[in-house]
Amino acid sequence: MSSTETPLQAAHGRKSLLPALRWRTIIIRPETAILLLIVLIATLASRLSPYFANIAFILESSTYYVEFSLIALVLTLVIIAGEIDLSIASMMALSACVFAVAVRAGVSIPIAMTASLGSGLVMGALNGFLVTIFRLPSIVVTIGTLTLYRGLAQVLVGDRSIGSFPSWFVGIDFRSIGRVPVPVVIFVTAAIVLGLGLSSTIYGRQIYQIGANEIAARHVGIHVDRIKMGLFLASGFGSAIAGLMMASRLGSVRYDLATGGELQIVLIAMLGGTSIFGGRGTILGTFLASWFLVIIATGMTVANITINAQLTVLGLLLIVSTIATNIFYVRCHQ
Amino acid sequence: MRQCLVRCIDDFARNATMNTMIRLAGRVAQVREAGIAMILVLFSLIAGAVEPRFLTGETARVVLLAIPLVLVAAMGQMIVIVARHVDLSMGSILGFSAIVGGLVFRDHPQWPLVIGFLVAILVGAGLGLFNGLIVAIFKLPSIIVTLGTLSLYRGILFTLSGARQIDPNDIPESLIRMAQTSPVGVPWIVIIAFAVALVVHCFLKHTEAGRHIYAVGSNPVAARLRGIRIFPVTILVFTLSGALAGLAGIFYAARFGYVNPGITGVGFEFTVIAAVVVGGVSINGGVGSVLATVLGVVLLGAVTVALPILGTSGFWQNALYGAIILIALVLGRAVRQGGLRGLSATKDAG
Repeated sequence: MSSTETPLQAAHGRKSLLPALRWRTIIIRPETAILLLIVLIATLASRLSPYFANIAFILESSTYYVEFSLIALVLTLVIIAGEIDLSIASMMALSACVFAVAVRAGVSIPIAMTASLGSGLVMGALNGFLVTIFRLPSIVVTIGTLTLYRGLAQVLVGDRSIGSFPSWFVGIDFRSIGRVPVPVVIFVTAAIVLGLGLSSTIYGRQIYQIGANEIAARHVGIHVDRIKMGLFLASGFGSAIAGLMMASRLGSVRYDLATGGELQIVLIAMLGGTSIFGGRGTILGTFLASWFLVIIATGMTVANITINAQLTVLGLLLIVSTIATNIFYVRCHQ
Repeated sequence: MRQCLVRCIDDFARNATMNTMIRLAGRVAQVREAGIAMILVLFSLIAGAVEPRFLTGETARVVLLAIPLVLVAAMGQMIVIVARHVDLSMGSILGFSAIVGGLVFRDHPQWPLVIGFLVAILVGAGLGLFNGLIVAIFKLPSIIVTLGTLSLYRGILFTLSGARQIDPNDIPESLIRMAQTSPVGVPWIVIIAFAVALVVHCFLKHTEAGRHIYAVGSNPVAARLRGIRIFPVTILVFTLSGALAGLAGIFYAARFGYVNPGITGVGFEFTVIAAVVVGGVSINGGVGSVLATVLGVVLLGAVTVALPILGTSGFWQNALYGAIILIALVLGRAVRQGGLRGLSATKDAG
């Protein structure tokens, strides 16, 4: 819009464009892009292999990815608030190790699980403390705690794996409610709760405000530090839940559990259209991106594409989808 | 009366010297490198107090041997971070160039070493250029782009190498010797690494392009108004970072004697970024120097070397390493802000 236009002309122009604009605002939503991609890939995959188009099969294979997706949901909130947490995969490992060590020491499973979740909260609290009290950039802090937590996990269990959990704890991915595996139920429930919390509670809106302009948020009286602390706590807690789920699925725990997972989790959140600068993003986007990842990974596995090629495709997808949404976004703002 | 006057003057004089000293100390502390240098000295003293063996020339030699890889890559990462970007794909670029360099050595054992070096650096520069082009053309945040290319390059590298590692007997003897010795006694790769640091220092301090990187990093909008074109600066920083990661890739082959597509360089980006920010380079761009980065790399190198000497068990080393990164970050921040009180006084600065 050039500066010579009067506000009236501008308003007039905008009014006549209204239907087109509304159509465009739906198109530029990253959620739309990812939904289209899901449909596209699902069609393609079912062409490639007749075994793919089977909901039960997809649900079953999704249990491998659901742990990361669960954390990606929480991470979305953190990123919307303009922070980032790279220590998530290490927190998963450490909390799972706390659980395993407690079980080995003869503690009952519920208490061990509580200890594990508690350790997740403590780790999140340390991240939040360093970010809110010492005002260090969260990317830097969590690169440090990524090493620290992974190292502590190594201290706890050494280089061996701890297994032999009671049989009712192992194999969460084989249990199902109705026909849906339990991990998927947990994931969907978390998505609904977090989605509602983000879109329709005052705290949710405050997270957006902090991400959009932190100084302004402070001036209107939002307890920025308290909310950020809460988000880091949530990130630790979510990672602990995911760590327990993974321990149950694998039936044993090692210190190198989920190594490198942080990048994959960030990738899910980014694919869902969350802006790395904060202030933009939705739980729906991350939710869809998680399913997209499940479909593309199982689709490629079914079509006999090697894991190396899958890495290439994932990287390309992230870049291409970001470019595409960005171009749409810029077009619509002209 | 007279006594009072004398006491007054005395007091004043004492205060004046105190003031100058405080001011001097303040000015020293304001130099970004001071914080990290203090931490380095402090760490060496503590380590030396616990185990006197630490404070010997032998330790210095081992530290020097341990750092060239991270040092070279950290130079590239620092340039990128100063320009207000970040390069997460560095580990994959390192692995990629190491594999390509290794393939050259394996398939053409008669070619001179220089060719392997050149190929690795060029491959790295090419991959970095790709990062830079995407960031600059589409105006995307570099953290997303390089996160994408991190998996992209790793995937291509797997395909390229056929998921097989370059074995020790495929790597020429002369390359491995470069990581062990030279005519001067100090291994070649250490000499090259410090030469690179020196060149980067001169480039950033004394060339127009180098100053432009700082200008763009501290305020891109102001830099554009000043007539600096951002596009070439972005391309330049990513290409340099890629080229230096490529050089680090050859160093990897020289030092470890093998290159594995699934291991080489995985997680390396975090080590490098940690070293750079521990040195006091601001992740928000525009601030940082070669000296600070070198000190950061040396500190983390010294920690790696010290932990086994101090008799810590192998299992504790990673945890202590992470803890020291955090302590160095907090202390560095405290020194720069003039004491711990300064930490809470910046609420509004966000």
